Amino acid sequence: MKEFFLLFVSAIFVNNIVLAQYLGNCPFIGTSKKISVAVGMGSAVVFVATMAASITWAVQEYLLDPLGLQYLQTLTFILVIAALVQFVEMFLKKAVPPLYKALGIFLPLITTNCAIMGIAIICQREDFTFGKTVAFSFASGLGFMMALIVLSAIREKIEISRVPKAMQGTPIALIMAGLMSLAFFAFKGMI
Amino acid sequence: MITSSILVLFGLGFTAAVILAVASKVLYVKEDPRIAQLEDALPGVNCGGCGYAGCAGAANAVVEGKSGSNVCVIGGLDTAKAVAAVMGLEVLEAEPDLAFRDCTGGERAEQLFHYEGAGDCRAQALLYKGSKTCPEGCLGLGTCVAVCPFDAIHMGPEGLPVVDPLACRSCRKCVDACPRNVLSIVSMTERLLHQEEVNDCLAPCRQKCPGQINIPKYIELAGKGDYAGAIHTLRERNPLLLVCGRVCPRPCELDCRRAHVDEPVAINMIKRFVADWELKNNLRLEIPCARETGHKVAVIGGGPAGLSCAYFLRRLGHSPTIFESMPELGGQLRYGIPEYRLPKKDLAWEIQGILDLGIEVHTENKFGVDFTTQSLEKEGFEAFFIGLGAWASGTLRIEGEESEGVLSGTELLTGVGLNAPPEIGPKVLVVGGGNTAIDTARTSIRLGCDVTILYRRTRNEMPANMEEIEGAEDEGVKFIFLTAPTKVITDDNGCATHLECIKMKLGEPDESGRRRPNPVEGSEVRYSADTIVAAIGQKPSLSCFYSEDSDQCPIDFTRWRTVNANPDTLQTTVENVFTGGDLFSGPDLVISAVGAGRRAARSIHYLLTTGEIPVADNILRELIPYTLFKDVDGVINKDRSAMPHLCKGEHRTSTFSEVEGALSEEQLKIETERCLRCGLICYDRDIPLAEIKTTRVGEKVE
Repeated sequence: MKEFFLLFVSAIFVNNIVLAQYLGNCPFIGTSKKISVAVGMGSAVVFVATMAASITWAVQEYLLDPLGLQYLQTLTFILVIAALVQFVEMFLKKAVPPLYKALGIFLPLITTNCAIMGIAIICQREDFTFGKTVAFSFASGLGFMMALIVLSAIREKIEISRVPKAMQGTPIALIMAGLMSLAFFAFKGMI
Repeated sequence: MITSSILVLFGLGFTAAVILAVASKVLYVKEDPRIAQLEDALPGVNCGGCGYAGCAGAANAVVEGKSGSNVCVIGGLDTAKAVAAVMGLEVLEAEPDLAFRDCTGGERAEQLFHYEGAGDCRAQALLYKGSKTCPEGCLGLGTCVAVCPFDAIHMGPEGLPVVDPLACRSCRKCVDACPRNVLSIVSMTERLLHQEEVNDCLAPCRQKCPGQINIPKYIELAGKGDYAGAIHTLRERNPLLLVCGRVCPRPCELDCRRAHVDEPVAINMIKRFVADWELKNNLRLEIPCARETGHKVAVIGGGPAGLSCAYFLRRLGHSPTIFESMPELGGQLRYGIPEYRLPKKDLAWEIQGILDLGIEVHTENKFGVDFTTQSLEKEGFEAFFIGLGAWASGTLRIEGEESEGVLSGTELLTGVGLNAPPEIGPKVLVVGGGNTAIDTARTSIRLGCDVTILYRRTRNEMPANMEEIEGAEDEGVKFIFLTAPTKVITDDNGCATHLECIKMKLGEPDESGRRRPNPVEGSEVRYSADTIVAAIGQKPSLSCFYSEDSDQCPIDFTRWRTVNANPDTLQTTVENVFTGGDLFSGPDLVISAVGAGRRAARSIHYLLTTGEIPVADNILRELIPYTLFKDVDGVINKDRSAMPHLCKGEHRTSTFSEVEGALSEEQLKIETERCLRCGLICYDRDIPLAEIKTTRVGEKVE
């Protein structure tokens, strides 16, 4: 139990997927202008990351490892994740329309996102069991969502403050992201 | 190794493809084909100006009915037509919507303090409640300029945003960004429907006008020489400019801020000038109307309230029909106001302009006799406006008033209006102190009589307009104050010969604030008279509401014998019947009737199009206290233009020629320059603000 708890905390705070691993910077900057958008994108990442890590774990365990084809990992993962996201999108549209409405426009955006891919590959590198893979990918998704919401809250405030012309928009957002990243380094000593 | 790799990849790809293919069949959701068509119709630039997530989002919104054909803010009319075609609609006429700034302040509104840091109106408003002293006005930091995606707004020289009408796509970005609600997107329909709210930029004159006319704006336009613009501004609130320019007692001038400096701006003379300019040049400026809605509305009564209601209904796109009992339209304007104040040909010209919009008229059709609301309902009328006015005159309530030679002021004026004046004189006594009494007296003078007005209070308490009283004095009308009639004395034939009166003394003020007259015992006097005219108040005649065989009426009345209605919506106790004018308020001004006509038209419009009548909770009900100053600093005296008179002496008292004239173009220029262009609390000063020792507006420091 303690192991899982540590895994959770470390995935969210210490090894945060964007702030410590620098993965998924594109949606991190792109969808952090408004809190409402950030929440939608964050939930989509949590959802897809968990599903993708679980299924790629199965692909690795039952297909690539027995056949000794580990070097095809990146290629197969891309293929599997892309097909999965497409399938999930169709499934949600049919079965859970409200959820599709909420996540709909973000799902295609993260089809081959490096954060999703990164989470799946980290799970393999660390040789996680299936249970740990699910827990880690879910927590990493949550970590991404948290970072995204925090940044969007800051950016909403920045929107109404005086910013030098050259720094307006993305530049100041990158600086804020950098400062957040530095702040999150403080968690390094925790575990 | 290679074979197995290829096989694995191929197998995986094939499996994924099969799963997706099956899923797309099994999980197929029927999507509206119109969405794809709409995406083709929209420009596809994903500018986000419409407020949806790209053009695909806009297409979804249109199909879901969240947005209309005009969803695209950059495509213009062609795109709107293409979108409408997909949706099976037709775009008939697109009203141009534009961003509109409702603040006149800018640099002349004082800054409470300067704050270095927040460069954005929203931050300033959140953190410091803004910096200008005016609680509603523009902060001038230009957030609207920054958010406009089409570069349609720039900061003007006065520190106020200026909208470029050609670039504005009415995307509402500036409206959403402005923390003070200074900007709004308004179409003509919305402007016509707007009821003044306490957070609008309302100069005191605008607050006071019962017709809610944007007075500072039309004065400004008239001053610039844009007379057509001034007329359009006036016509958004008042279709009877020629009439009001002549007869309005101008309540607006009572609260003009200029009165604290010298004299109020001659607001009504400016109105008269522009109205006369249109008449003299016979321009008939085009009055835009919204597109036809097909709703039929019956307007019963062709007086100022009915004309105004029909005019606004027409401009909102409905089809009104006026039913009038008299041979010609105009009501009290034609049959109550004498020719020398309002020439009939000018009135006819103005009414024709209103009817030319496409309003049907049935004259000599009497409500309650020739038709009822039930009979009109069967003919397809969906809503009714009843503005019958107040034609029944008050009685003297004294002995002998039934005798020959005693008549009411309205009877006399209506007779003259119908070109069949009753036989009066040569000695006429008029009882009363209101405008009707003065009109009666001045009309009688013109009919060659010797006229005396009897009034139970003094000249100061007379409710008639001061110019009218002075006009009557000039024309030789005699006044006897502090005298009330007690008995009509008749000869053997039953004709009145004398009026017995009693002297009065003023006592304590009554509810109306005027001092109550009390009779003085034993002071009876007799005045000889051939004709006695009672002009002591008018009230609505309600008998036409009751049918012959029943004394029940679904419409409720008040104890003052007027129709009972919601004062904000003018809806009576019957859902689709509205009222206004004197029938609702009791005898009141022309402009009050015009304002009520517009309010009723607004209610009818909402009832017919949406089924409910919205009323904002912050609508203007009384003057806003903080906008009324005790003194006005930094303004130099400029004399008010004098009222020109058109005819004098014999010519004036023996004919019905118009008495009051209009300003000259030079006088107009001077008069418009006297306007202080007031906002809620700001106004134009002649002396720079820095040289005036004030902290806040209206509060002087030693």
